[in-house]
Amino acid sequence: MRIVSCLLRMIALATLLALQPGVASAQGADEAFTRLGADSFSDTNRAIELLIVNAHPQAAAIIEALAAGRLLAGAGAVVIKTTDGKILDARTGSALAAEPAGLAPVRLNNGVRRTIQGALGGLGLLNPDPAKRISAAEAVFKSRDVALLPVLEGAIAKETDAKAKAALRQAQAAILVAKSDAPPFDRIAAIDVLRERGDQDALATLRSLPADSSPALKEAQGRAVSAIEGKLALWRAGQNLWYGLSLGSVLLLAAIGLAITFGVMGVINMAHGEMVMLGAYTTFIVQEVIRTRFPGLFDYSLLIAVPLAFMVAGLVGIAIERGVIRFLYGRPLETLLATWGISLILQQAVRTAFGPTNREVGAPNFMSGAVEIGQLAITWNRLWIIVFAGLVFAALLAILKLTPIGLQMRAVTQNRRMASAMGIRTGRVDALTFGLGSGVAGLAGVALSQIDNVSPNLGQSYIIDSFMVVVFGGVGNLWGTLISAMTLGVANKLLEPYAGAVLGKIALLVFIILFIQKRPRGLFALKGRAVEA
Amino acid sequence: MISRFLLQNMDKRGYAFLAIVAAIGILVPLLNLAVPAGSPLHVPTSTMSLWGKYLCYALLAISLDLVWGYCGILSLGHGAFFALGGYAMGMYLMRQIGSRGTYGNPILPDFMVFLNWQELPWYWYGFSSFPFAMLMVLLAPGLLAFIFGWFAFRSRVTGVYLSIITQALTYALLLAFFRNDMGFGGNNGLTDFKDILGFNVQAQATRAALFSMTCVMLIAGFLIARGIVVSKLGKVVIAIRDAESRTRFLGYRVDRFKLFVFTVSACMAGVAGALYVPQVGIINPSEFAPANSIETVIWVAVGGRGTLVGAALGAVVVNYAKTVFTSGFMAPYWLFALGALFVFVTIFMPKGILGTAQQLWEKRRKPAPTATPEPAPAE
Repeated sequence: MRIVSCLLRMIALATLLALQPGVASAQGADEAFTRLGADSFSDTNRAIELLIVNAHPQAAAIIEALAAGRLLAGAGAVVIKTTDGKILDARTGSALAAEPAGLAPVRLNNGVRRTIQGALGGLGLLNPDPAKRISAAEAVFKSRDVALLPVLEGAIAKETDAKAKAALRQAQAAILVAKSDAPPFDRIAAIDVLRERGDQDALATLRSLPADSSPALKEAQGRAVSAIEGKLALWRAGQNLWYGLSLGSVLLLAAIGLAITFGVMGVINMAHGEMVMLGAYTTFIVQEVIRTRFPGLFDYSLLIAVPLAFMVAGLVGIAIERGVIRFLYGRPLETLLATWGISLILQQAVRTAFGPTNREVGAPNFMSGAVEIGQLAITWNRLWIIVFAGLVFAALLAILKLTPIGLQMRAVTQNRRMASAMGIRTGRVDALTFGLGSGVAGLAGVALSQIDNVSPNLGQSYIIDSFMVVVFGGVGNLWGTLISAMTLGVANKLLEPYAGAVLGKIALLVFIILFIQKRPRGLFALKGRAVEA
Repeated sequence: MISRFLLQNMDKRGYAFLAIVAAIGILVPLLNLAVPAGSPLHVPTSTMSLWGKYLCYALLAISLDLVWGYCGILSLGHGAFFALGGYAMGMYLMRQIGSRGTYGNPILPDFMVFLNWQELPWYWYGFSSFPFAMLMVLLAPGLLAFIFGWFAFRSRVTGVYLSIITQALTYALLLAFFRNDMGFGGNNGLTDFKDILGFNVQAQATRAALFSMTCVMLIAGFLIARGIVVSKLGKVVIAIRDAESRTRFLGYRVDRFKLFVFTVSACMAGVAGALYVPQVGIINPSEFAPANSIETVIWVAVGGRGTLVGAALGAVVVNYAKTVFTSGFMAPYWLFALGALFVFVTIFMPKGILGTAQQLWEKRRKPAPTATPEPAPAE
């Protein structure tokens, strides 16, 4: 085995020498030009390979001209006709005074075109720019063109850039694995290289191993395939987990306002979804104003929209509380009906004002695009929404635990009459609490405008999910809401690959219905007298 | 004896309701069939079908009033029972099409042929028989309500929580019935009906008969609901509504009473759905939409919760208003009106049209009653 690898090195060295410009074998190049003039597809193919292998200085120009049908050949002469009509000698690239007689364009068929594609890849392998070399190596990895093997080997020996070297090695491995006359040791080493690479393409290459390969090779391939499959499955699970967290953060944003109005105040606000919608439309209006008046501020549009959306939704919420809900405390089912009515009115109002169609809300620069970590694709907007959800959650928790108004809210929740007796203006606290919950819904609207259609029906699609989150998490407990939103989000996305989107959702709904039977007050139930109120 | 059960303690309002429905049930088909089309007394078939639809809604409203008005269970999923009854009837009507469908398959409905199904799914067996289909109209919603209620009432899920999980129930069914794989026609539902019991569903006489049948069922539903609420069992049910824990401590099995009322109500909603489908000519998954169920609740609230007659009245009034509103230039404002109705009724008319009317009537008869403080609720 040692001898084989020694031999290989010598071959590589020889190729390297052969690749140095100027040292190109004159004989090989001559043969190439003869074959180009022979007017046969197989000769043309061979000629292309010879040009590449011998690294003829004019190779790139000749092959490009050939691909474009501008290479003319005949007895003893090969010329390139440039796009502006000049005639160049193919061997030297120098201009000729006149077109030699008896020349005809070198004909192409699909086989030749394939060879050209591969050859252009091979040319890229020698490009001075490492990024171009990497993309050329990727192209070779996919085409697995055996003819390019010597070029690859030469390029690997010459390569100094670590990333480009790895890419070249992978391309070489892809060719070697499928090449049944290559030394077995090399092929096994190639399988290892592919295993290292470990993505979907490596898997496909490994699967293309000829069926008549030796048992040892097959065994190595089997092990590599299962290793890659295991790794890919792990990545997929990671990706699903990410989608789940992303969905969970959206659910959290949509539900957390409800957790305050429903959980803290015991008010069933069916118009909650419309508060989300109002937040989204506020974002739309802010962007419209910025687009027409201050185009330079576009990247800050969401930052400007956040406080505005909070205020718009919060004020509408306070108006609803003072105007309607105030009269219905202690009658939760009637509140449900009245707020449903309000939701219909708000929806229709927005439909009348903005039209029933979806409105376009753009993404600022820092939120567009994606970053790839291994096999994970993470889009910036989803990442920012998760961060935003976390911030909103922390802020809400801080308001409830650290501020005087938060203290009053909790006091009213726990014992309204006692709080009133202690001098807390319960009516004002109710209005502010409702305003806070609605304002947070408005914030959710800013985030959702980035990933969902901004239409009058936006809120409707979240209201049932939000209720499920709050009920599952347990009323009156923000942490419960957090855990339940994340659990439902992740569970939904993990179920999707097995059950499909709709069945997965149905399964979750049924699960929540059953769960409520077991724990009628949710995951984290309040204990004590407040429960029966 | 049965008539005594059904008619005991019948008040004037009840008799008036029965008389009106019976009169409509006889007169409208007569005026449609026997009076020539040019006469001012003639009732067009389309009007008759429209009112048939309203009366189906009235039956649905009575079934909801039975659980909400008398047992305090606010079901936001009654549309699911209505739609299940409708699907049972729709399946019967689909099987009656036979080989007259677009694809001419004698056994498979068109949408199954279209989806390349080779044989009838097992749950479609038997629906070619009318008695079986009618049994299913009662059984499918009844069984679902029984199982759902069995779990929910036994673990004492009450109030808002129950409302929300009934909503989840109908939402899950909505998603399920939208799937083509379920074998219920997916998005398009069941339609293109031809015959019912051998009579053409489009024919005037069949429509008149369906209208009469709806009136009969409305009367039957009203009598059964009334029979339940005025019986001893009904007293316990009302006690559960007003003070559930106290009733439980007195030794009543609260969950069983609730389960009984809930199941009966679901069956009634199923019958309403079954009568609705041949008159409207289609049943599709949108009937499961949570919004529909909430709208049903508002009919009951508008008419007067806990009055049965009021529920029926509310259903007809709201739906008539909807038809008038949505067909004219006011169409874009219908949702404003409906939304305002929700808010107005819950704040200013908590007892609905009937309750408010009664209050006014009583005030006129004996003005300024001596202030008897209302007893505070037990819990």
